[in-house]
Amino acid sequence: MKVAVVGAGPAGVRAVERLVRAGLRPMWFEEGPASGGRIYQRPPTGFSRDHRALYGFEARRARALHDVADRLRFACDWRPETLVWNIRRTEPVLDTLTRGTDRRSETFDAVLLCTGAMDRVIPVPGWTLPGVTTMGGAQVALKTQGVAIGSRVAFVGTGPLLWLVAFQYAKAGAEVAAVVDTTPFATKLRPGLLWNLATFLKGLYYVGWLRARGVPVFEGAMPRAIEGDGAVRALRIEGHTIACDAVAMGWGLKPEAQLADLAGLPFRFDAVQHNWVPGQDAAGRTARPGVYLAGDGGGIAGAEVAELAGARAALALLADHGVFVDPLETSVLDRQLWRQAQFRGALEAAFPFPAHLAAEMEDATILCRCESITAGALRAAAAPEMNRGKAFTRIGMGRCQGRVCGPAAAEVLAASLGCAVQDVGRLRGQAPVKPIPVALA
Amino acid sequence: MKRLIDQDRPGLTLFVDGQALAAKQGDTVLTAILTGGLGHLRQSEFGDGARAGFCLMGACQDCWIVVEGRGTQRACTTLAEPDMQVRRR
Repeated sequence: MKVAVVGAGPAGVRAVERLVRAGLRPMWFEEGPASGGRIYQRPPTGFSRDHRALYGFEARRARALHDVADRLRFACDWRPETLVWNIRRTEPVLDTLTRGTDRRSETFDAVLLCTGAMDRVIPVPGWTLPGVTTMGGAQVALKTQGVAIGSRVAFVGTGPLLWLVAFQYAKAGAEVAAVVDTTPFATKLRPGLLWNLATFLKGLYYVGWLRARGVPVFEGAMPRAIEGDGAVRALRIEGHTIACDAVAMGWGLKPEAQLADLAGLPFRFDAVQHNWVPGQDAAGRTARPGVYLAGDGGGIAGAEVAELAGARAALALLADHGVFVDPLETSVLDRQLWRQAQFRGALEAAFPFPAHLAAEMEDATILCRCESITAGALRAAAAPEMNRGKAFTRIGMGRCQGRVCGPAAAEVLAASLGCAVQDVGRLRGQAPVKPIPVALA
Repeated sequence: MKRLIDQDRPGLTLFVDGQALAAKQGDTVLTAILTGGLGHLRQSEFGDGARAGFCLMGACQDCWIVVEGRGTQRACTTLAEPDMQVRRR
């Protein structure tokens, strides 16, 4: 049986672990040079921080995952620095590009997509200035390069990552200008958060640590603009102007689900996450036989769940292809996943996506940063749904393919049409999922 | 962008728009250029100003630069190398 796994983050690693244990030798594709995913991304050779310094409370988990992944490489057809840029809709074939030059097509009997996530952002005036990054980007810079995105950094958005990254910056010696959470304090009091007590307590610790050190904290705050001319000078929020030379922004995560889309999987609008997610059952099976999903690429649930889901989807794949799977192991995983889902629901409710902030964006604000299209241009186009809006305005047609602007653009269009956001649909994916040289397509 | 921790690494020199730039082994081209005080990576093709990357994880494609012999690359996922010739767009 020819099995492919796309992605070597927490979900991909635990999936490959189960497949190898069952005697398979899967093809394992990873776009980056090493395993670990974004959350446990490793610095290039030459950096010296240990796991404790790099990953904090998650050091043991990161170490365990790295150790397993490093052993598994030799039991697999390991393909690092390889972009899977297409999965064909009508035949079981993946198109890949290694190190930007080596192009191949691989057939598969089954494929497990563990493609991860990226930040969900809401454009504000000035967000294209040098010095403004995503929340995840600010974290990656510190983790894998040992740099801060600026000398005095403001953090704006909502969600656990907002507080974690601000904490990590302050701990590393960066000056944190402010933490601006668009969620009011009272909204965050959710008894459901106790379903994962350890994670809940870690969150409280980060917030307490920042407050104890006098970091200015604004909750229930509304960002208005990032000011500066060629570089960031300040973050302006309702009622305050915060002097800073860099801003990290992010409102939770969104699935990197482009391959699932190309595979032809049906998507549904998940009201709790406020995201479009590819359809799957509790074990990661999808509507297309032979295609499985695990981790944040199939819906945001975090790294802890990704490990469980990766293992669970691998077991489903094995069982579907006639390999004996221990029913005790699947039922233990199912129970752990159910428990985590209770926590996730509470977490999403505690840090809701402020859709109105996107919907009320000023006409002059650049919405699509690839093509420099304003929110006003999308409103003026009066398109009935997102893909028509793309055709009329080029929003989402640029080099990121709407990864960055897609969610906010949908809010703008829906508000302008006076309908629910799910009624304007979502931007369809196109191959290649990321730009590649024409000569190699 | 500011160097903060884990910066005790050997140096290297690359060239950006023909000018020598001191960087460190393990730096991405993005880190090298932005910690080197050059401020930006490219100009928006639509005249709305300079850009310097956004997602820093290979997704948004906002950090494109040209590396001699390799063509267009993402500055955030390309490691700086000795004598590398980089052009900002």
